[in-house]
Amino acid sequence: MKKSSVASYLRSPQLSYRVWRVWRRDQDVFMKTYKVNFIPSLLEPVLYLVGLGFGLGGFVQDQEGLKYIVFIAPSLVAISMMYSSFFECTYASFVRMYYQKTFDAIIATPINIEEVIAGELLWGATKSLINSTIVLGVIFAFGLVSSPFFLLIPPLSFLVGLLFSAIAMCFTAITPNIDSFNYPSFLFITPMFILSGTFFSITTLPGEAQIVANIFFPLTHAVTLTRALTVGRLSATLLLNLSWFLVTTPFFFVLSINLMKKRLIR
Amino acid sequence: MSSEILIEAQNLTKKFGDLVAVDNINFQVFKEECFGFLGPNGAGKTTTMKMIYCVLPLTSGRLTVAGVDVTKQARVIKKIIGVAPQEDNLDPDFTVFHNLIVYARYFDIPKEEAQKRAEELLKFVQLEEKRKVLIDQLSAGMKRRLILARALINEPKILILDEPTTGLDPQARHLIWDKIRSLQKQGVTVVLTTHYMEEATQLCDRTAIMDNGKIVEEGRPSNLIKKHIGEEVLEVAYDEGVLGFLREAFPDARLEVVSDRIQVFTNQPRGVFSEILKKFSFNAAMIRDANLEDVFLKLTGRRLRE
Repeated sequence: MKKSSVASYLRSPQLSYRVWRVWRRDQDVFMKTYKVNFIPSLLEPVLYLVGLGFGLGGFVQDQEGLKYIVFIAPSLVAISMMYSSFFECTYASFVRMYYQKTFDAIIATPINIEEVIAGELLWGATKSLINSTIVLGVIFAFGLVSSPFFLLIPPLSFLVGLLFSAIAMCFTAITPNIDSFNYPSFLFITPMFILSGTFFSITTLPGEAQIVANIFFPLTHAVTLTRALTVGRLSATLLLNLSWFLVTTPFFFVLSINLMKKRLIR
Repeated sequence: MSSEILIEAQNLTKKFGDLVAVDNINFQVFKEECFGFLGPNGAGKTTTMKMIYCVLPLTSGRLTVAGVDVTKQARVIKKIIGVAPQEDNLDPDFTVFHNLIVYARYFDIPKEEAQKRAEELLKFVQLEEKRKVLIDQLSAGMKRRLILARALINEPKILILDEPTTGLDPQARHLIWDKIRSLQKQGVTVVLTTHYMEEATQLCDRTAIMDNGKIVEEGRPSNLIKKHIGEEVLEVAYDEGVLGFLREAFPDARLEVVSDRIQVFTNQPRGVFSEILKKFSFNAAMIRDANLEDVFLKLTGRRLRE
């Protein structure tokens, strides 16, 4: 049986409730160390708000009609979605897969490899939910949330986190070693961090760069949606941003599972 | 041991690219027996085991466990199998006790039942005092025992042990052996791999000797020894003259020179060697019982592997 056809990368995985058993395992580990886990996610946004918002913000003109600190606050929430899920499903998943052999141990039970990876992806999405909600709490405490629609941000963060987890897992499936994660981190994540309408309006970028940011940078859409929900500027174009996630997430979800399966089951 | 077949392989083959890891093998494991795969490194033992516990797809052939085809209903099989893999894949993020609890969850064992079983199993492998300890603080022997306990959390009908005692000291090894024997008495079917001949002799009802992906011989250890080696082996210090003398004295025997010793294998009954030692004296002569290692080395050669 030849397995190299394109269709084999998009084969729909066989999943059951057992996915949550894997998710529970990761959650158990997280809960053991949650006190340590909370502090960075709490401190980092405070630093950005004080340093960039109050500090730099004094010199920067309003962006998209918002005071600078109001403009960057939702970006910090969206960035935390990206970082927490992406790093969970690259470095952390790789450690579990390669060094700890955790996946090998699990697939000797009635759980199959597809469920293991799906569980990891859902956990990555959960990390996005947890971390971004902490950041949301921080910007709320700073009085930078002005719309009740902010309550939709946590569910959004799960979706955004799921996409970043799935993209991350694709890299995990093809990386030769843990150091190679530097490439997606510096070539994909860092440019997004800077260029996705996070710290200045995307409209200030040259036209071509705007197109790239809109087509290839999930963070652009995450930032747009989060900002709209934080300040209450709702419009029909947000449905396009949301659709972007609804199309790409299932694609990468399935792709990453098949790639991992090919890596692990030979 | 009953005559009911629990695991059956027919023309089982596994290739990794061009490498044929398991080459068209056939074997049967009966209910409640202890079946051992012996072989040098790279013989295909672990690959065979992984196909039995359904984590490696077959390239060709047929493999059934408890009457179920491994390619069709892997979950049904995995529920009744306990696996102690060769490499340590205990969860380093958890304590000894929590490793068992988390593993029980993978089998859908309810929490209370899992806790009860975990307690019993820790007692069984003598790790009760270590229940709150993290994995990296355990010795190699303790890890092996915990892996054994973990493999038993789902009360398996079949226990797969891939090199259960590799790297352990004699105390730890004997403890594991005791546990395996007591499990077998309770009706668990055991399939193990090893390259310790003593282990196979001690534990296995039947063994299959593998080399280069093939099963080269199969049977009860005592029968294999009798068939291939005989009852006794004579060893003497190497000497040109002695070698010639022994060739004449035992024309039917197989003589092998290993470094500075001559080994004489004969299928003649016990006692022929002591006869000759009474009449002649050789340097550093010794008569010993033939063992499975002699069989193993005869069948798989002395060439180093990997």
